[in-house]
Amino acid sequence: MAEQPKREKTPRGGGNGLSRRDFLKGTGAAVSAGVLVTEDLLRAQTQRTSPVVGPGPVPVTLRINGQPRQLTVEPRTTLLDALRNHLDLTGAKKVCDRGTCGACTVLLDGRAIYACTMLAIDAARGQEITTIEGLAPQEQLHPVSAAFVEHDAQQCGFCTPGFVMAAVAYLRENPNPTYEQVTHALGGNLCRCGTYMGVRHAVVEAALRGKGGRS
Amino acid sequence: MAETPKPPAQATIEWPPAGRRRLIGQRISRLDGPAKASGRAKYSYDVNRPGMLHAKLVFSTQARARITAIDTSAAEKMPGVRAIHLILQPGAEVRWVGQEILALAADTEEQARDAARAVKISYEPLPHLVADVPPEQAGTERVQQLREQTEGDPDAGLQQADVIFEGEYGCAVITHCCLEAHGQVAEWNEDNLTVWASTQNVSGLAPQFAQGLQAAGIPVQASQVRVLTPVMGGGFGSKFAADTWGVACAALARKAGRPVKLMLERDHELLAAGSRPSMYARVRVGAKRDGTLTVWHSESWGTGGPSAAGTPNLPYVIGAGRNPVLPKRSRHTAVFTDIGPARAWRAPNHPQMCLITMCALDDLAAKLQMDPLDFFLKNLQYTERPEVYREELLKAADLIGWREKWRPREEALRAKGPVKRGLGLSLHTWGGRGHNSTCQVTIHPDGSVEVAIGSQDLGTGTRTVIGIVAAETLGLPLEAVTVKIGSNEYPPSGASGGSTTVGGVSSSTRDAATNALNQLLAKVAPALGVPAEQLEAREGRIQVKDDPSRNLSWKQACARLGTTPITASGQTQASLISSGVGGVQMAEVAVDVETGIVRVEKMVAVQDCGLIIDLKTAESQCYGAMIMGICYALYEEKIMDQLTGHCLNPDMEFYKLAGIGDIGELVVHMMTGPRYEERGVIGLGEPPVISPGAAISNAVANAIGVRVPYLPLTPDRVLAALEAKGGAV
Repeated sequence: MAEQPKREKTPRGGGNGLSRRDFLKGTGAAVSAGVLVTEDLLRAQTQRTSPVVGPGPVPVTLRINGQPRQLTVEPRTTLLDALRNHLDLTGAKKVCDRGTCGACTVLLDGRAIYACTMLAIDAARGQEITTIEGLAPQEQLHPVSAAFVEHDAQQCGFCTPGFVMAAVAYLRENPNPTYEQVTHALGGNLCRCGTYMGVRHAVVEAALRGKGGRS
Repeated sequence: MAETPKPPAQATIEWPPAGRRRLIGQRISRLDGPAKASGRAKYSYDVNRPGMLHAKLVFSTQARARITAIDTSAAEKMPGVRAIHLILQPGAEVRWVGQEILALAADTEEQARDAARAVKISYEPLPHLVADVPPEQAGTERVQQLREQTEGDPDAGLQQADVIFEGEYGCAVITHCCLEAHGQVAEWNEDNLTVWASTQNVSGLAPQFAQGLQAAGIPVQASQVRVLTPVMGGGFGSKFAADTWGVACAALARKAGRPVKLMLERDHELLAAGSRPSMYARVRVGAKRDGTLTVWHSESWGTGGPSAAGTPNLPYVIGAGRNPVLPKRSRHTAVFTDIGPARAWRAPNHPQMCLITMCALDDLAAKLQMDPLDFFLKNLQYTERPEVYREELLKAADLIGWREKWRPREEALRAKGPVKRGLGLSLHTWGGRGHNSTCQVTIHPDGSVEVAIGSQDLGTGTRTVIGIVAAETLGLPLEAVTVKIGSNEYPPSGASGGSTTVGGVSSSTRDAATNALNQLLAKVAPALGVPAEQLEAREGRIQVKDDPSRNLSWKQACARLGTTPITASGQTQASLISSGVGGVQMAEVAVDVETGIVRVEKMVAVQDCGLIIDLKTAESQCYGAMIMGICYALYEEKIMDQLTGHCLNPDMEFYKLAGIGDIGELVVHMMTGPRYEERGVIGLGEPPVISPGAAISNAVANAIGVRVPYLPLTPDRVLAALEAKGGAV
């Protein structure tokens, strides 16, 4: 609806989930997912060391939360399945498994990505992967997580880690967002219980406290 | 939803009076919030056991067919495959796409998926019906008239009416779409089974597993089944049963001698793990010129899939009162289709009944050229709670600015530009008395306190409510109490359905904590030199009521227990709970008549639920329910293809849920204070999810001057309704 720009629906499916990256680029406009994917592929190709892997299980090393983690996975194993099934890092949730809902959001070199849409072998080229387990030391809460608790931005909580990770990535680049901007930026995550009101408040407050993503 | 009358307690147990409550009614953050928001909470889906296998299901690709052969020979030889379990045998009939036929387990998830694909099922197709059609198009073998009821004299009511409106309304089948899929991890230790299940029914699942496994030739008794659900990722009424996949998972674990994880894939979750029945109705409703209703007629139908899904009681709220009786005649017919079974979906049947009733009445008000707010206020005598609804209607009208903003339909449509605005309202009700719950409170000599209940927290805040009540009763800070739920090793408590949990667990906790405290007071009374009745627990002390300076700290008092902890149990207390709430919602929408896109600009929920234990999580329930309501009002529909019998959108890209940008401004107002709180605790899970569909549909009708008869209010339906009326302007 053209005369109401704030109502623009945030694309969030598959490649559309890259809308968060639109924000990181500061454009705010819909960028063709194809362009971004192509950039990723080009970058990946320049970094590629072994051109062909598989089809059987292959050893890979993932840099996760500052630590190298070695594992053996099939080339078709997604980063999400590698985290959850091989490394017992279960903070990223499997919900749609098709890049739609954002429950599996992790950071790749600081950028929010859907872990279900990336292969583990493609994440094993030295990129720094941050999962929600790496946000804060055990027994401590990252400020964004704490704001989610304070504003009850969670019910069943299954979407919550994905929202927290998306918010952390967003606030690192946009430390002073408005409610409207937060609403657009987090359009790539879905909640079934209906916690969006709390999420809006939590992210804006985390930003206001000046702590978002800088712990 | 079962009402659970309790035998009268020996001494009537009460909630503390308003001025004496420290925690009850405050805004308190949920106890499991930090674990969830940090990703540390372990859901069933997150449980990884040593040596665990991954299981996948093979399900029917036919809407209706007889299975002629099941060939697992190729799958058996696939790498990593450890066990196969047949759920159906050749010769069985399948009744929906997604019906489970077999399960298999392999070393890795990828291997299990490969093996599932290698299974060959042969079918003899049978005629199917998946389209949501009226009874006259369904064929006589697929319809069943469930109820015809008449009250008063509806024929006389028609004659008394100055104005009669006839309309057709309805809503599509939708699904639960829990973010944590249905499923579990099963592990055997000799003859004992542990199941980490994503369930709303921790205390009721073991007998179901035992029964299912016995039928599969695995002898196990309910006492040998441990069910664990410390947290779970949404249920909404779809997770009460062990289900075929639960039994299959345990059977695979038995055969393979290894733990097995079986969580449904998203497509299967949307195909087979529960849906909300559709409901449609032709309505004739009449009123006098001044707006007083005289009659209701409705002919309704709907599908719950292969079986009926309950009989609606129409009209809803207005016309449900007994004094006076609104003359009415209503008939409902169930249509059986091959779309997969319905499951209880948050407030079963209420959102549908609400939509049909409130939309028909709103259309009648429009025909009378009355403001619907005045029209509904005029007819509150036909409800069971006229005063509550009056108060809530006026409060909601104030919060949304109804009197300033509302315009008649024709006027709204004459507004300049393609975006038209409108307001709509709706009323609802729900029961919500507490289920049977047993609680055990243990006070240890070191002062630590445990509260154990075989209940579960669906995200509603159950765990927090239990902690608040225990801490309040024992005069302790919330952190001093450890709440243990999510295991059937704790005292049994009902399934979490029908908004019955908070009444059950809050009253059983109050009872158990009171009993435990009384034991402690008796123990320490000699030291304080007064009878136990003159002692109370306040602010971390046991003190003399009339002379608080004579006291023992909680730790000192508990130290007098020596080496033996106090344990006391409690049960659901009728004196602490009640049933039956009202609730009003109003919506303001903007509709683009060129694109058909509806946007909710603002929604107001005014809700009563008796005594509120935790205001923060209570408000969250209302916000969440409004958002879930926006989802089913505007987006959600299980789209079926009659030609193939398949669901066309079993994924989250095309089965639409509202995103954070789709919800507008939401306002929640909880009715608290005198006249509400003395009723005791009443459940809140269902009520606020009932009205959004009707309120939004009415707002859209107000905005564009024509009723869009069916939910969801998708652009194509909006444009079709405008077209039928002869265009937008």
